[in-house]
Amino acid sequence: MQNSPDPALPLLEVRGISKSFGAVRALQEVDFTLRAGEIHALLGENGAGKSTLIKVVTGVFPRDAGIVRIGGEEVAPRSAKAALAAGIATVYQEVNLLPNLSVAQNLFLDRQPMRFGIVREGEMRRRAKALLAEFGLDIDVAAPLSSYSVAVQHVTAIARAVDLSARVLILDEPTASLDRHEVEILFGIMRQLAKRGIGIVFVSHFLDQVYEISDRITVLRNGRLVGERETASLPRLELIRLMLGRELAETTSARASVGEHKVREICASFENYGKAGYVAPFNLELRHGEVVGLAGLLGSGRTETARLVFGAERADGGKARVEGAPVRLQSPRDGVRHGFGYCPEERKTDGIVAELTVRENIVLALQAKRGLHRPLSRREQDELARRYVKMLDIRPPDPERPVGLLSGGNQQKVLLARWLATSPRLLVLDEPTRGIDVGAHAEIIRLIRELCDDGLSLLVISSELDEIVTYSDRVVVLRDRAHIEELAGEAIDVGNILAAIAADSVAVALEAHT
Amino acid sequence: MTALLPRRGLAQILALIVILAVDRVVSPQFFDLRLQDGRLFGSLIDVLNRGTPVALLSLGMVLVIATRGIDLSVGAVMAICGAIAASLADTHSLAVVLAAALGAGLICGLWNGFLVAVLGMQPIVATLILMVAGRGIAQLITEGRIVTFSSPDLVWLGNGSVLGLPVPVVIALGMLILTGAVVRGSALGLLIEATGGNARASELAGVGTRAMILSVYVWCGVCAALAGVIAAADIMGADANNAGLWLELDAILAVVIGGTSLFGGRFSLVLAVLGALIIQTMNTGILLSGYPPEFNLLVKAVVVLTVLLLQSPKLTGFAGIAARLRRTKP
Amino acid sequence: MILKALFAASATAALLLALPANAAELTIGFSQIGSESGWRAAETSVSKQEATKRKVNLKIADAQQKQENQIKAIRSFIAQNVDAIFLAPVVSTGWDSVLKEAKEAKIPVVLLDRDIDPSGKELYLTAVTSDSVHEGEVAGDWLAKTVGAKACNIVELQGTVGASVATNRKKGFDTAIAKHANLKVVRSQTGDFTRAKGKEVMESFIKAEGGGKNICAVYAHNDDMMVGAIQAMKEAGLKPGKDILTVSIDAVPDIFKAMVAGEANATVELTPNMAGPALDAVAAFKGKGTVPPKWIQTESKLYTAADDPQKIYDSKKGLGY
Repeated sequence: MQNSPDPALPLLEVRGISKSFGAVRALQEVDFTLRAGEIHALLGENGAGKSTLIKVVTGVFPRDAGIVRIGGEEVAPRSAKAALAAGIATVYQEVNLLPNLSVAQNLFLDRQPMRFGIVREGEMRRRAKALLAEFGLDIDVAAPLSSYSVAVQHVTAIARAVDLSARVLILDEPTASLDRHEVEILFGIMRQLAKRGIGIVFVSHFLDQVYEISDRITVLRNGRLVGERETASLPRLELIRLMLGRELAETTSARASVGEHKVREICASFENYGKAGYVAPFNLELRHGEVVGLAGLLGSGRTETARLVFGAERADGGKARVEGAPVRLQSPRDGVRHGFGYCPEERKTDGIVAELTVRENIVLALQAKRGLHRPLSRREQDELARRYVKMLDIRPPDPERPVGLLSGGNQQKVLLARWLATSPRLLVLDEPTRGIDVGAHAEIIRLIRELCDDGLSLLVISSELDEIVTYSDRVVVLRDRAHIEELAGEAIDVGNILAAIAADSVAVALEAHT
Repeated sequence: MTALLPRRGLAQILALIVILAVDRVVSPQFFDLRLQDGRLFGSLIDVLNRGTPVALLSLGMVLVIATRGIDLSVGAVMAICGAIAASLADTHSLAVVLAAALGAGLICGLWNGFLVAVLGMQPIVATLILMVAGRGIAQLITEGRIVTFSSPDLVWLGNGSVLGLPVPVVIALGMLILTGAVVRGSALGLLIEATGGNARASELAGVGTRAMILSVYVWCGVCAALAGVIAAADIMGADANNAGLWLELDAILAVVIGGTSLFGGRFSLVLAVLGALIIQTMNTGILLSGYPPEFNLLVKAVVVLTVLLLQSPKLTGFAGIAARLRRTKP
Repeated sequence: MILKALFAASATAALLLALPANAAELTIGFSQIGSESGWRAAETSVSKQEATKRKVNLKIADAQQKQENQIKAIRSFIAQNVDAIFLAPVVSTGWDSVLKEAKEAKIPVVLLDRDIDPSGKELYLTAVTSDSVHEGEVAGDWLAKTVGAKACNIVELQGTVGASVATNRKKGFDTAIAKHANLKVVRSQTGDFTRAKGKEVMESFIKAEGGGKNICAVYAHNDDMMVGAIQAMKEAGLKPGKDILTVSIDAVPDIFKAMVAGEANATVELTPNMAGPALDAVAAFKGKGTVPPKWIQTESKLYTAADDPQKIYDSKKGLGY
């Protein structure tokens, strides 16, 4: 399908690209080279300029300076559509297809096979099926895209791009919401496409995956190119140094046993707490100065537990106590009133109010808690915003910037700030490090520890078992919407958690986590 | 968006100035003002006075729209409350008349708010119910007639003057200040914007989004009631068939001209009222111009389109590109 | 009255089921449009009065502005085998098939107040309507006579743009004053037939015409707009009826109130009594077989302050205007 280009000639050549947003220089004379048939990882912290580079190359943003060549010919696409015509296709983390249309319709959007002005549904489905078969996917193409997993949606987007004769495929965080098995499938497809001569740009913050799949790595920092290396010749520590520009231990050190001998006071407790068809009744004690981790596979009831604890979902049985006194948690308002905070997993839909500023997002929960008639004055708001922007190193440090324009890691920090501003006794964090780059990741883990040392009680959900083990004092393991085991002290390690999860369904767990 | 912030309101003020200038051209006496029986008299005063009902409606509507809602029933609520006021005017004191009319508006608002916030109906459908039924209710009250009254108190509300200004204008100004004080003086404004921007996230942050939504519909009902009373007082009668007819659309238009997105979030009370004034300045200009009435709607459409284009971020983007091109090609 | 309207469908059905067995009386079904205006309400009550006067059993079905309700009502009248059907059609087209059904059942149909599509001429007995062009002429003639040879600038408050009544009333008025070079319409705008708009438009006319000094007369396509215009003139410090002459159409009670106060000069009646002539025509047709003309034009009577407006006001105010 593809014309194999001269291997000596780079497939995609970016030279001296610069781009500014107002006074902010997002890209400064960046070069980037992609050869045919290679998988090239584009790395950098949040705000390093990865997304901007992609958007400039694909014509979403106009560029201030520099040139882009494809197969030696200069191109200047003015829209994603024009970029596609030039042979560059992008698949974003949030798949940019139409979820309510069928898989087949998505694949052939804008170019349905027609006869006499009528879409030939049968023909379209047949071709869709054949196309997806090339990618090892055998699914009902007439079903709406939204009925499939994110993995299938990604493959659909990739298949569409390749079928539109893309020569350059840009995958922006394609694995962020995939499980291990799905990642393997995706990698298989990527290798197969590379063999066909397609050049693939792989943006990810999973370093393991970068080492597994990529041939070469380009690292950006603060809008500048800091290095381009062969993956095989770049040690992991060196890569992290390039990305962060400072020495950093590769993994965060295991937690020191702070206050091990102190008897910690119970902050909140739940007895036979649960909701039919949601989470089986559980007992849970959360203590001041303690981190409780919730571990389990996706759909095991982790988020459900978190929502019950916070009050986002009503329990249909059991008792909840805060500082020993019985309470009713019927709504988030109740949770907030009792000093709880909740950073949900879906930052965009459940967390931030994108249009409002960093300041407004930070003061929101505190204001809701204080009530209508006790408004925070503008000065108090500014003061709070300034304090937390500084404390959490939110970038850019502009409290009046709409929060939707911040990177994922900084949005997460804004959400943390929102709850910290309410001086909570209990913070529930659902996947606080998902979709966040290495630097911010380490920072957030450090923050969790610090907050805990300040006497806060934390309930943290994470899919990263290494991470959970690092900061948890106790770990509750869930399976099939029930709490099945609680690990404490020495017993907390990845092996024990896996063993608990895998007690019955060994195969699933091992596939997902080894 | 940040780039547009400092210029917020500029497009509206510019539009108003341009329309005023056009009005001056089609009607040379447009800016003439004189004192007539202790009240100011002139086209500018007409603009303010005639713009009052829509301005009042837009004060409620802008809050509803900020929560990502819409209230199609305000015209019908005007008719109901005008009918109630007119029916009671000659037999009850002004206080009773106002309490009854505003109370009815409040109940209408509660009904809409209940459907939207509690039952979770889509605002456009929920308020359509009262839009259709409300006019029927108003007709029931007036028995299909124009109910006239002569209560000097109520007539004063429509035709009296305070310091030379028509009473309706003073009331609208008072409502703007009151609404502004309530919304921006309390945390209501922020919480409404948060609710409109992302209701799920706001709910999880502890914001009582239902209460927010309920309260904006109630306020919208009260504003509509006041507009209805003023419209009735103006003609000394309640015309259930025509009072407030299609004004819900003018109110929505005023809000949109005022730069508040129909997708909710950020809102501006002052700009919504300015939007109402822009619409009325245009209407009055058309009436003064002497053009055949067949052109009224066409002229209105063109002007509205122009004002909305002025605000379009895409267009401002084009203007920016054009400016850059001029700079690079001297 | 409107309460009845709301339950019209069910009420009509119930009424029809309980048909009185008195065969000597005529039973006539009247499919009324609704009660969209005071005039319509008056027409309904006058129809009842006229029927009672003639001992006719009149069954009124309120269609709430919907043609399908009217068609339903006519079909049920046919099923009840009434002696005649009155129809005030909400629209001018789409009546052919239901009127054919009535014709096959040998039930004469009389149109009230509005005509229908010409293709259906043989499908109805007669149409009792007012001539709205003539109404405009009567208004224009009165003004011409009253003003005499003096030059007179007229401002006109039109009805809703595109409404046939508005077009006709304008046409009739223009024809009447065309004969008099001293009469001139200087401004004409739509007031949508409503008081509020009538007032607003008059306010702008006053401003545009030197504070009203250049205006000699106002012509409004209906009385409601004139009532609004009168308020506007008073608020501008003018004396309607003296400084500025007024002439409008419809003869609703409120304009007589204004006449009593000396604030209005003349109105042309659009009589709510369409049923009277219609009942007479049906009685003649049923009795002696007299075929009435296809169009029975109602009288467009002119009322001025000389006609004891107080008395007319008292007689009209109970009719539901």
